[in-house]
Amino acid sequence: MENTLAGIKLFGSWASSYTHRVQLVLKLKGLDFEYVEEELTNKSPSLLLYNPVYKKVPVLLHLDRPIVESVIILQYIDETWTDRPIMPADPYERALARFWCYFADDKLGPAVGAVFGSAGEDQKAAVAQVHENLKLVETELREGAFKGRRFFGGDAIGILDIVLGCGSYWLAVFDEVMEVKLVDPEAFPLFHAWLREFEEQEEVKEIIPAIDRLLEYARGIRQMMLGLKDASTTPATTAATTTTTTDNSSVVVESAGSV
Amino acid sequence: MAAAAEKGVVLLDFWVSPFGQRCRIALAEKGVEYEYKEENLSDKSPLLLKMNPVHKKIPVLIHHGKPICESLIIVQYIEEVWSHNPLLPSNPYERAKARFWADFVDKKVAECGTRLWKLKGEAQEEAKKDMIEILKLLEGELGDKKYFGGEKTFGFVDVALAPFTAWFYTYETCGKFSIENECPKLAAWAKRCKERKTVSESLHDPHKVYEYVGKLKKKYGVE
Repeated sequence: MENTLAGIKLFGSWASSYTHRVQLVLKLKGLDFEYVEEELTNKSPSLLLYNPVYKKVPVLLHLDRPIVESVIILQYIDETWTDRPIMPADPYERALARFWCYFADDKLGPAVGAVFGSAGEDQKAAVAQVHENLKLVETELREGAFKGRRFFGGDAIGILDIVLGCGSYWLAVFDEVMEVKLVDPEAFPLFHAWLREFEEQEEVKEIIPAIDRLLEYARGIRQMMLGLKDASTTPATTAATTTTTTDNSSVVVESAGSV
Repeated sequence: MAAAAEKGVVLLDFWVSPFGQRCRIALAEKGVEYEYKEENLSDKSPLLLKMNPVHKKIPVLIHHGKPICESLIIVQYIEEVWSHNPLLPSNPYERAKARFWADFVDKKVAECGTRLWKLKGEAQEEAKKDMIEILKLLEGELGDKKYFGGEKTFGFVDVALAPFTAWFYTYETCGKFSIENECPKLAAWAKRCKERKTVSESLHDPHKVYEYVGKLKKKYGVE
């Protein structure tokens, strides 16, 4: 089998949902790879070399050539190892899948990140924005393009399931850490049901970090961010705290970025 | 037009939109006949709102009555349905690179361009620095090639960036810099694009674009 000779290396971060997307696809395709954990507040020279434009994870290295941006990486993997495809074959379906992948990354993800990065009235507005976005997905599941499907990809998980699914665990984490209600099963029954089915998949269970670790991680950063808001009267402390907090909170937003 | 209606290709668009122009260029490169529908962005048509309920934006390609939204997704759809004269290479790594740079244009150029014409003082200076950096990165990717797609291929990245060449004059005038001085290879590429019929017929005169931006500035109370 080609797998062990596949020559794949993945630079990622354990809490990054973008990294999980790539790990999940590699697992679905039965591909071996070398994994390098990156510390996002102390990025390795390799990471900076392979992704000079954005300096972010994940970075896939295949045959010594880097591919970056998770949705681009996913398509690269799918086109290089064609067994167990994650993209649909039909051009219209492909356009739909891409559209909702970019919706997840450009709209839903940042909206969820904004919930994490805010408090009080601002947070209420951010939560409302998440609900607006989830409503759009729910509508597609109920009466639109994805009506009647078990997964967005059909009977098996596809690229959109992977993109939306990896990171949806942040919804439950944020609900608990901040006492908000992001995914109300009554308001979003189909999304909720899809998410449960997704998280029950064997491969998904093996990739998603334990909820305790995620809760601890999110709590830690949230504390720091709220501490910063309280300390805002002390300029010197604020400056020092801001750097660490900004890096870490942007880490969480980066990790949480996509739902 | 009977031919367009039969083939069922409609493009909802706005004359000056670089995103819409990407679609026009791609359709022209593939020789696809279509019906062009100009949208009034301050009074969007029921058709637009029905076809793009999520973003309510142009461009929207309607093929056999089904909508495709987001310009680069539209271009990839066009590429996959009409697969002659490919815009994307067949090699997966080269495709990934092309997608990366087209996505880079999407993430960086328009946003920075808007800051450049909309802001003043230090913020505008920063926008100018950013724009030069962005264009230099793109120039690095272009290198000595005729097009981003190669010596013979006007490709995906070319389609993604070409419409913004009509905005170069606006960026230069607002930011008080010369793209030819900063990025001579990119400026030369822009000239070559203009000489390409599919591009010249899709873009508007840079002075018209500048005039349009002038109107936007008045609207936003800039200057």
